[in-house]
Amino acid sequence: MPRLVSHPDEVKITSRRFGLGATDIEKYIALDGYKAVQAAIAKGPEWIIAEMKASGLRGRGGAGFPTGLKWSFVPKQSEKPKYVLVNGDESEPGTCKDHLIFLYDPHAVIEGTMIAGIAIGAKLGFIYLRGEYRYLLKIMEKAVADAYAKGFLGKNIFGSGIDFDVVTQTGAGAYEVGEESALMESLEGKRGVPRIKPPFPAVVGLYGGPTVINNAETIASVPHIMLMGGEAYAKLGTERNGGTRLFGISGHVERPGVYELPMGYNLKKAIYDVAGGIRGGKKLKAVVPGGSSTPVMTADEIDVGLDFDQMGKAGTMLGSGGIVVLDETVCIVEFALRTIQFYQHESCGWCIPCREGTDWLKKSIGRLHAGGAVDKDIDNIRYLAENMLGRTFCPLGDAAAMPTIGFVQKFRKEFEDHLNGKGCPYKHAREEEAALV
Amino acid sequence: MATEKKTIFSPELAARFDKLVTLYPMRRSALVPMLLYAQDEVGYISKEVVAEVAERLGLRENDVESVLSYYSMLRTKPAGKYNVQVCTNISCMLRDGYGILEHCKKRLGIDHKEVTADGLFSLEEVECIGACCWAPAIQVNYDFYDELTPEKMDQILDDYKAGRGKETV
Amino acid sequence: MADVTFTVDGKKLTAPAGTLLIEACKAAGIEVPAFCYYPHLAVQAACRMCTVRLEKVPKLQTACTTPVTEGMVVYTDTDEVRQARKATIELLLGNHPLDCPVCDKGGECELQDMTFKYGAGESKYVEIKQHRDEQQWSPVVYYDRPRCILCYRCVAVCGAGMDVWALAVESRGARSVIAPNGSDHLNCEECGMCIDICPVGALTSDTYRYHTRPWEMNHVATVCTHCGDGCKTTLGVRTAADGSEIIRGNNRDKSGMNGDFLCIKGRYAFDFANHTERLTKPLVRQADGKLAPVSWEEALDFAARGLREARDAKGGKAIGVIGSNRTTNEENYLLQKFARSVLGTNNIDHHRTADYAAFAAALKGHAGREASLRDFVTAPAILLLGNDPTEQHPALAWQLRTNVRLNHARIYVANHRDIKLRRQAKAAVTLPQTGYAQFVEYLAGKDGAFKGDDATAAFRNAVKKEESLLIAFGSEFRGRDIQALVAFGLSLPNVKFACLGDYANSRGAADMGVLPDLLPGYVPVDKAAQFAGEYGNSLPAEPGLDLVQMFDAAGRGELAAMYVVGANPVARYGIDAAALKDTFLVVQDMFLTETAVLADVVFPAANLYEKAGTVTNTYGDLQLVKKAADKAGTRADFELIVRLAEKMGAAPKSMVPFGRGVRADVGQTRGAQSGEADRHAVWLVAHHLELKLSPFDPFAIFDEIQRLVPAYNVPRLNLLAGNDEHLKSELVQIDTGATRRDMVLPANDGLYTSGTLGNYSAKLKEVLASHTTVTKPAETAAD
Repeated sequence: MPRLVSHPDEVKITSRRFGLGATDIEKYIALDGYKAVQAAIAKGPEWIIAEMKASGLRGRGGAGFPTGLKWSFVPKQSEKPKYVLVNGDESEPGTCKDHLIFLYDPHAVIEGTMIAGIAIGAKLGFIYLRGEYRYLLKIMEKAVADAYAKGFLGKNIFGSGIDFDVVTQTGAGAYEVGEESALMESLEGKRGVPRIKPPFPAVVGLYGGPTVINNAETIASVPHIMLMGGEAYAKLGTERNGGTRLFGISGHVERPGVYELPMGYNLKKAIYDVAGGIRGGKKLKAVVPGGSSTPVMTADEIDVGLDFDQMGKAGTMLGSGGIVVLDETVCIVEFALRTIQFYQHESCGWCIPCREGTDWLKKSIGRLHAGGAVDKDIDNIRYLAENMLGRTFCPLGDAAAMPTIGFVQKFRKEFEDHLNGKGCPYKHAREEEAALV
Repeated sequence: MATEKKTIFSPELAARFDKLVTLYPMRRSALVPMLLYAQDEVGYISKEVVAEVAERLGLRENDVESVLSYYSMLRTKPAGKYNVQVCTNISCMLRDGYGILEHCKKRLGIDHKEVTADGLFSLEEVECIGACCWAPAIQVNYDFYDELTPEKMDQILDDYKAGRGKETV
Repeated sequence: MADVTFTVDGKKLTAPAGTLLIEACKAAGIEVPAFCYYPHLAVQAACRMCTVRLEKVPKLQTACTTPVTEGMVVYTDTDEVRQARKATIELLLGNHPLDCPVCDKGGECELQDMTFKYGAGESKYVEIKQHRDEQQWSPVVYYDRPRCILCYRCVAVCGAGMDVWALAVESRGARSVIAPNGSDHLNCEECGMCIDICPVGALTSDTYRYHTRPWEMNHVATVCTHCGDGCKTTLGVRTAADGSEIIRGNNRDKSGMNGDFLCIKGRYAFDFANHTERLTKPLVRQADGKLAPVSWEEALDFAARGLREARDAKGGKAIGVIGSNRTTNEENYLLQKFARSVLGTNNIDHHRTADYAAFAAALKGHAGREASLRDFVTAPAILLLGNDPTEQHPALAWQLRTNVRLNHARIYVANHRDIKLRRQAKAAVTLPQTGYAQFVEYLAGKDGAFKGDDATAAFRNAVKKEESLLIAFGSEFRGRDIQALVAFGLSLPNVKFACLGDYANSRGAADMGVLPDLLPGYVPVDKAAQFAGEYGNSLPAEPGLDLVQMFDAAGRGELAAMYVVGANPVARYGIDAAALKDTFLVVQDMFLTETAVLADVVFPAANLYEKAGTVTNTYGDLQLVKKAADKAGTRADFELIVRLAEKMGAAPKSMVPFGRGVRADVGQTRGAQSGEADRHAVWLVAHHLELKLSPFDPFAIFDEIQRLVPAYNVPRLNLLAGNDEHLKSELVQIDTGATRRDMVLPANDGLYTSGTLGNYSAKLKEVLASHTTVTKPAETAAD
């Protein structure tokens, strides 16, 4: 069972029911559950969207698109049915926040889905979890069944005359399906290859109908925003970055875990105070601040606020909120290799730059790390990554290119140390250490 | 229409599929979950599974194969009864995920995507499984084990061998 | 949609709003490269080659997915754009094998061309390439995985285009492959469209692979000799020891009515021409009863003497002539002229596969009511009665599928079989095999004629509501049934018809009067006045014997001689060889067919790929065939007919009016002073056409056809330029149609058969065998 952590700097909104037994519907109700949806029904779609806009909530999947705005793009009139789709295909390395939401607060996801449905006029919501999350699907399934048993889902919810159904399902192992249009393809029983945009899902989405698609954390935040009001939620964060966010801090820290911190919270403090600093008193080498696709930061770049805009200014991204901390013992080339290996494995293969680029980068960086590099390799790696950037069908290519460029740019010396048949100095050091023992 | 259908699945699974296809606006939406559930029961996606799933959804078999080959959890060859999936992605790597993988290889005497002679275990190095803050982590079939050490790993394998392991399906 | 104005590379352009940028650029002569995009078929944005810079848009955009909008400013050739394309090619070439020197596609490969253009000259790739062995997927299709650039065009054309869906992408990422539906082989229609559409040499054809290089061939666009659709096929020919041989058939020239389409026969079934059993010497039956090769002079003398003796002794009524479904209009015309004016007989017929005469009679007095094959790709609604176009008229099936895909055309199918086109149909009705006429009565409003249900009634209502409709009907309709169907159709607004017959020039044979009762243009034999100028005044005025009657007469010993051109009636009609024992038989053919083997004289004939002329498809689209190949020892049927006529005492100039008029004057002796006619001659030669220097020039006869058969008097230049011209069917006047004897014998060819010709195509036979083999469960040895 994932360990829950706590820190006084946390502002627990979305995580407030974690560990309180809220998987039980009665307990959830006792903890203000299903009040928000009733308020939403009473006040209507326009109010919901206004509150969402006021909340400053930006998509928690990584792209950070304002949620209220996204919902407002859905046409009011539509010949085809509209849908809500919850993206629980959490697969970005370094990210495990939705895992906890499904585990500890499944009803919040259901309630958020319902509110989104009411806001856009959808009658059916899908909650899609990654395939590996089978045990979480079971929790979600039970929560959905309990909600039906209570009459919260189905026909005429809360006597409103509105019908709303929820279907839960999992994927079967594919990072790419986290991309919204690929997710829709997968839900339609196809290969998880993204769709050509425009049209955007808000206009033509699932089964051709207008669709709101949001990350699970985004959706789970919605009931809280309804209850506390958009403005109050916004005030918790910084300008244009409303509210709080679940940050998963992993890697070489003393107290790894998922912490709910206000938007704009200082990254350095998050690592050193909240997560207890670098494990074993070692020196910090680098931070991958928002999941493996975000460009790496060096130890002296981390005095920056954790919101979309400040991180952007710092030359990286807030991303999925998965902060991966690397101490001085890490070989950056090896780390870069493991990162590109992931994207190579997960590239759907649809477009040339991503399919061929990730494969080529994996081979080149792998050879460099293994000691088989040739002089032009480092420039070549950077050239390849730069020529993938912005040229691929979907953001996966960027997700592979951006960190690669960052690693080469900021840690070029480490790459050079691998040149000329020398291979990995860290590996040699580890081997020497092992030989001494 | 209560026509008796010939099926290679258990009555429970067949009934589940009958229900599943009704949940979606389009039948083929049930494809990915159906393949996964079929794999859970049969052990892998056999030709027969492809044929029946295709038939149930009104799809061509090569369409089903195209979809199934896309998803990394779906396999067309049998795995061990307990498929040990070791994450070595960045967060786990930083906390010795590779050490756990090596330990499992030694302990089980098999390599990536291999199955032990008795068919009990198979081993797989997998990408991020969403347990980064509790690294290193593995899954045995669908069950998570986290903050692992070689010793904890041994205990887990012993438990499964003795039939005491968790079995979420 | 309204036009919008936008700027590309500084040029102001205008196009209808919504036009894809890549198409708008192409129309303005600005090339935007692409691998995965294919017009009207595949918009995939996968290859990223067509990226362009749009003003005010942060990233490069794909021109294949961007619709033009008002005021849009586009740059297609900046350094940034060129670099993006170069990088994409570098990425592709990383794993591409670069075996161009032996690759079939070398020289006409899109990847080669783009590499050349965008200059990815230096290879940065030093990793080991992923190799996989080449796979044979079918008797015609090979897949070379490492060459594949995964543009998915093949998947699109097989699925959306052909409705076969035999190809799919399997696995993902760099491990992605194109996979056939039978796991290691294809279960498909073997059309080879996937090979044609492949931009590189990943998909290759068994008939062509490793045979030659593209630049070693002459590419001749001509008309397929197989079914009645008249697809344009491009034959790749190369000099051989005995002439020039066909190495390849494909759809390189996409200007034909078939657009992007070509079926297995148009693509691969040219191999009959290279068959080892081709006759290359005239044969004459010797005293010992055996056929033996003789000189041309001897054979011609012998044949002419036999025919002349029969005519002189017993009269024209004792001679029969059987024409062909695959010879040109000019040859058909000449054959009936020869029969009527030299042999003095109306005993002339051919294997009729559709009742074109009844169709012409039914349409009498109605202008513009015949549908071209082109109409089927744009018509809003089509009623298909009988026939199975997927098997019998593959190009028509392609047109219908394309029309449904692009224009949401409504197709109504009534058939006694479960034909594949039902999948595209808006409504379909299953009829009893003999219920077509009754169904037409029902459609026309007679409720009692056909036992229908609600669905049938809805079908009828929907058909009747159409404001514009094409009606295509198969050989299920003949004589009076055609008349009834046409009458029903004419009761609806804006209806056009198509009568579906088999073989490359069945329609031409009927139009040219290879019939016992009708002269060219369906003029009854007793109304021959307009032909007097060319034929003389002694034409027989009584209708002659039809094909079956001729053999009956032979069996009774009443047919002294018979002349068979490019036909095999003995096999097709199951004629007893003994019936011909007293008949002097002259046969012209490529092979020693079941008919030829009984002959007294056999002339080795050229086929449709070895001569020039015109053919008419079943829809009345007239097209030029061009001489592609050449086989030493054979002669065109045209020449043979002229020579026989001469040997029988007819003046060649009366048979073929060569050297008449401006168009026939080549003026080759005028040297530097040569004018238009010379340029025309040069042009003709360059286009593999024959000059009008001799009585063997088919265009001299085409002049006569255009004079005497008004429907064929279509603009000549367009035809010579290789375009199709629809016949002016309103000029056909006939009133005997419904009462004639029904002589229609459908060929019932499928995708892999082609009458007698199919027996000599090794590739068709191989494919047919592979499709009829029943897979038995593997037997395991007893142990």
